[in-house]
Amino acid sequence: MHGFANPARFLKIARPLTLWLAATGLIATAAGLAAGLLLAPPDRLQGELFRVLYVHVPTAWLSMAGWTGLAVASLVQLVWRHPLAGIAARAIAVPGALFTALCLATGSLWGSRAWGTWWQWDGRMTSMLVLLFLYFGYIALANAGDERASVSRVTAIYGLIGAINIPIINRSVVWWNSLHQPASISLSGSAIDSSMLWPLLVAALGFSLLFGAIVLMRMRTILAEARIEARLKRMAAA
Amino acid sequence: MSHGTLIAITFGLTIAATLGLMGWSFAAMRSAERRADALRRES
Repeated sequence: MHGFANPARFLKIARPLTLWLAATGLIATAAGLAAGLLLAPPDRLQGELFRVLYVHVPTAWLSMAGWTGLAVASLVQLVWRHPLAGIAARAIAVPGALFTALCLATGSLWGSRAWGTWWQWDGRMTSMLVLLFLYFGYIALANAGDERASVSRVTAIYGLIGAINIPIINRSVVWWNSLHQPASISLSGSAIDSSMLWPLLVAALGFSLLFGAIVLMRMRTILAEARIEARLKRMAAA
Repeated sequence: MSHGTLIAITFGLTIAATLGLMGWSFAAMRSAERRADALRRES
């Protein structure tokens, strides 16, 4: 892992990878969403309304995967002091917050029709809202510190502690009575018919690749800004 | 609001926000990397 500690070595891999992730992500997302809209049959109970899941589920998955990645990067920063870990965590925060907000918005729009309510203070929705506020807190903390090319130890510890919310979100529909349905996809199988499932998996893969491309772009931006700052300091000192 | 309108809003919102953040991140990256390269050539 420390082989990537050298930013020059990281950039050598990140430059072609950014383009590859963005291109394949755009193709997979377009294919998954088009198949979800045009090829998947309407749901027996919900009719056409179920198609909202093709954007809601990938955003929900990425909002939780985003914080998991942020927490792992925070742990790597705290334990191994990897110089790119803080940059990675900082780069994940904004797309993570955006996908959490999109998950809440699309879920609320769907709920307005399916449940007859835009919002319910139940375990799943409340813990997702908490995740959004955790992202906001992380972004504020990361920007409050002096370190532009990384994050402070306090921010990294916050990232790690915030991960407690991820299993709470995941298990919320089991632990508490909820309007939200239990998980339809698990390691043991799927309750969704294959004709509806494959476009969802393709869309989720596509959005994940786009998320990865955005994170790499933001990491490259932070590294470039750090280079600018270091050079300006050297020029001022000379 | 019909189901079609609701689906269009949710898909449109998600696609626009994702592409918007991607475009913004790309523009910020290009601008920062160009400035860094220009400074390196200058010094």
